[in-house]
Amino acid sequence: MSTVRHNEPLIRIVKRDTISRPKSWGIRIAAVLLALLISGLFIYSVTSLNPADVYKAMYEGAMGTTRRRWITIRDVMVLLCIGVGLAPAFKMRFWNIGAEGQILVGGCVTAWCMLNLGTSLPTPVLILLMAVISIVAGAVWGILPAIFKARWGTNETLFTLMMNYVAIQITSYCVALWENPAGSNTVGIINQQTGAGWFPDLFGQAYGLNVVIVLALTVGMFAYLKYSKQGYEIAVVGESHNTARYAGIKLSRVIIRTMAISGAICGLAGFLAVSGVDHTISTNTAGGRGFTAIIVAWLAQFNTFIMVLISFLLVFLQKGASEIASQFNLNDFASDVITGIILFCIIGSEFFINYKLIFRKKKGGAKA
Amino acid sequence: MRGITKIFGPVVANNKVNLDIRRGEILSLLGENGSGKTTLMNMLSGIYFPDEGQIFVGDQEVTIRSPKDAFALGIGMIHQHFKLVDVLTATENIVLGLQEKGKLDLKAAAKKIQEICDRYGFVVDPNQKIYDMSVSQKQTVEIVKVLYRGADVLILDEPTAVLTPQETNRLFDVLRNMKADGKSIIIITHKLHEVMAISDRVAVLRKGEFIGDVATKDTDPQKLTDMMVGRSVSLNIDRPLVEHRPIRLEVKNLTVRNPDGVKTLDNVSFTACGGEILGIAGISGSGQKELLEAIAGLQHPLEGSHIIYYPPTADEPIAGQHVPVDKQGEELLGKDPLQIHKIGVSMAFVPEDRLGMGLVGSMGMIDNMMLKSYREGRGPIADRKAPKALAEQVRKELEVSTPSLTTPVRRLSGGNVQKVLVGREIASAPTVLMTAYAVRGLDINTSYTIYHLLNEQKEKGVAVIFVGEDLDVLLELCDRILVLCAGKVNGIVDGRNTTKEEVGLMMTNLRKEAQRV
Repeated sequence: MSTVRHNEPLIRIVKRDTISRPKSWGIRIAAVLLALLISGLFIYSVTSLNPADVYKAMYEGAMGTTRRRWITIRDVMVLLCIGVGLAPAFKMRFWNIGAEGQILVGGCVTAWCMLNLGTSLPTPVLILLMAVISIVAGAVWGILPAIFKARWGTNETLFTLMMNYVAIQITSYCVALWENPAGSNTVGIINQQTGAGWFPDLFGQAYGLNVVIVLALTVGMFAYLKYSKQGYEIAVVGESHNTARYAGIKLSRVIIRTMAISGAICGLAGFLAVSGVDHTISTNTAGGRGFTAIIVAWLAQFNTFIMVLISFLLVFLQKGASEIASQFNLNDFASDVITGIILFCIIGSEFFINYKLIFRKKKGGAKA
Repeated sequence: MRGITKIFGPVVANNKVNLDIRRGEILSLLGENGSGKTTLMNMLSGIYFPDEGQIFVGDQEVTIRSPKDAFALGIGMIHQHFKLVDVLTATENIVLGLQEKGKLDLKAAAKKIQEICDRYGFVVDPNQKIYDMSVSQKQTVEIVKVLYRGADVLILDEPTAVLTPQETNRLFDVLRNMKADGKSIIIITHKLHEVMAISDRVAVLRKGEFIGDVATKDTDPQKLTDMMVGRSVSLNIDRPLVEHRPIRLEVKNLTVRNPDGVKTLDNVSFTACGGEILGIAGISGSGQKELLEAIAGLQHPLEGSHIIYYPPTADEPIAGQHVPVDKQGEELLGKDPLQIHKIGVSMAFVPEDRLGMGLVGSMGMIDNMMLKSYREGRGPIADRKAPKALAEQVRKELEVSTPSLTTPVRRLSGGNVQKVLVGREIASAPTVLMTAYAVRGLDINTSYTIYHLLNEQKEKGVAVIFVGEDLDVLLELCDRILVLCAGKVNGIVDGRNTTKEEVGLMMTNLRKEAQRV
């Protein structure tokens, strides 16, 4: 370093202090447009298809018919429910990556009820009972790692992850136990004839009840985190354990209570998936949505209303991608690439919302 | 430096600052918090890049884009927070990050380090590991590191904040040697008597603007303060005498072990009285933090320790709603902060780690006001009306400058953060008020606001415990001073008739009788 170059750096990154709301949304919209442009180039260069046709097919796949719209809504609701469940845990900086397991145990107990009590109990009682015990099952799955964390300081990331595998094995066992027809290695549609334990139609819609339950949870969780004393405790614990102890907050109690709530809602999502959507149980009932929902929760910064938007975006992309895969004979991977590009741009745009770039001013003295 | 401007978002940290540094002089850079001293120096050492203005070295305009560029120009900065790797030796830390050709020759490096040390009078063992070193030794390593890289201009950011008076004197001797050798030294400090003692010239910044520079021999602390603040400020700290001083807190045989089993407090006994400020002196890490946390119920002292609280009697002005639970004194040991609060003890605690313990950095003033009181009121919904009113009041009375009551307190300057914290604690109408390094990093104006608030509480009959590091302040403010040394009480002296030297000696040398106990 004997020579010192006399020029200003080409680009400097500076943290923004504040950004106006229209400007930040402008950046996000620009990101989406950019994503569509890049994906268009990708589509054209790989398949020589007209990108506009492909995008139209994506829209058709997700929103084209009433039935497709309702399927999209149905899947948004399950994802949103899990995201809402994860919000309190992640706000407390408790890395609950065990939603998959919590969903599965909730789903298993729901399936058990449908199989064994389906014919003996009236539908409202059965639905209520299934909701309650799936909540309990999910809560137990959430509390276990929380107790170990609070008492012995175990690592919750590993613990909740391992609980997923336990839940998957339990589900496999149940599937083998309830196999129908024999040898199929699936449970099949439970109570296909009677529809016992299925969600009843609400407002003439098969998935009306799903929407009502999840939106109620969304509003409730928003209020819980923002206005309640317990929500305040969660925020303090998430920020600093030392501050929480200083304020006289009992750490272990808050950790266990919050994880009970988080697990309970994820368990309820399992009930929703089994009783309200699939009417069957398999190890794919959670289908990775326990992890996808982490993205939902973080991107929304634990604001449950923003989670509605993000869940919708993710499900929309996924539905659209599978539609173009079948319509244009692209394989699934090509459509996943498009989804990936769009997500990358949206998440990347947050960088430009938090930071700004300053380019070197064009003036004399710049030699490089 | 000519016409330097740096802008952070809406804040102009430096506005067209001109500053000259001459060869072979010690320049003090003075200014209140947020006046832009550190920002200015960071631009010189390559951490920030100026938005406008030029920097010249000699007659040549230079561009400093990174600390590497700065080193190439012979400019090195010693930061307030040391940047050393604990498990490496002094030598390893010093050569770390240097890209010299050929094999790494630690022996040659150690020899060169020894030469530098001998030349300026540093005492450092090149082969000692950092984790074995005292704060002052670590600082020495940082300075040698900069010299090893061939720096001619050294910038020291509040170097004396962590040192005892004796260590400070030693540092100043070294700095004078370096000056004699032709090096230029810029020292950032809040302590005016040090400015007077060490520097040749003083430059003053106020609100990002360069106010002026004066030769040290032509000025005095009062004039400098007036320059810094922009108006005349009294530099005397009051020490009112309160006649009625009932015992409020009695600590007996307090012993605390840290998780490694080392005794951080060893058999500590003392009393704290209402209507008095009890100062706690000691080099950092002598058990001050553990002592306050133990009283607040955040530590787990060993068996045989006692912390006994004597509630105020009904005729005392601060009695208020603090109904005496037990006239004979209430044992606080074994109770957590919530339980202590529930038995009617009103204890205010301003911890050392303001954002990591006393406040929630990501929350605004309103939410921080309710940190200890959010449980009040029935029902599951937290009341935000009372905290909002309190936040308004604190903002107005203590002149907290914040864009809004919901701006995360992390974004506020150090002085404002402390005002929020102290304001909340005093608003809880305490009977015991504990503060740890209440004025650390604060400018003169804010420091005096805090002293004034503490005196107000004392006159109300509150027992104030003041853990401090600046002996001049301790000697002027406190009625009694307890000196901690390695977790033991090394004596309690009367603040009105003791000397800085006496306290300084007690901080470092454990007395015979204390050792025996």
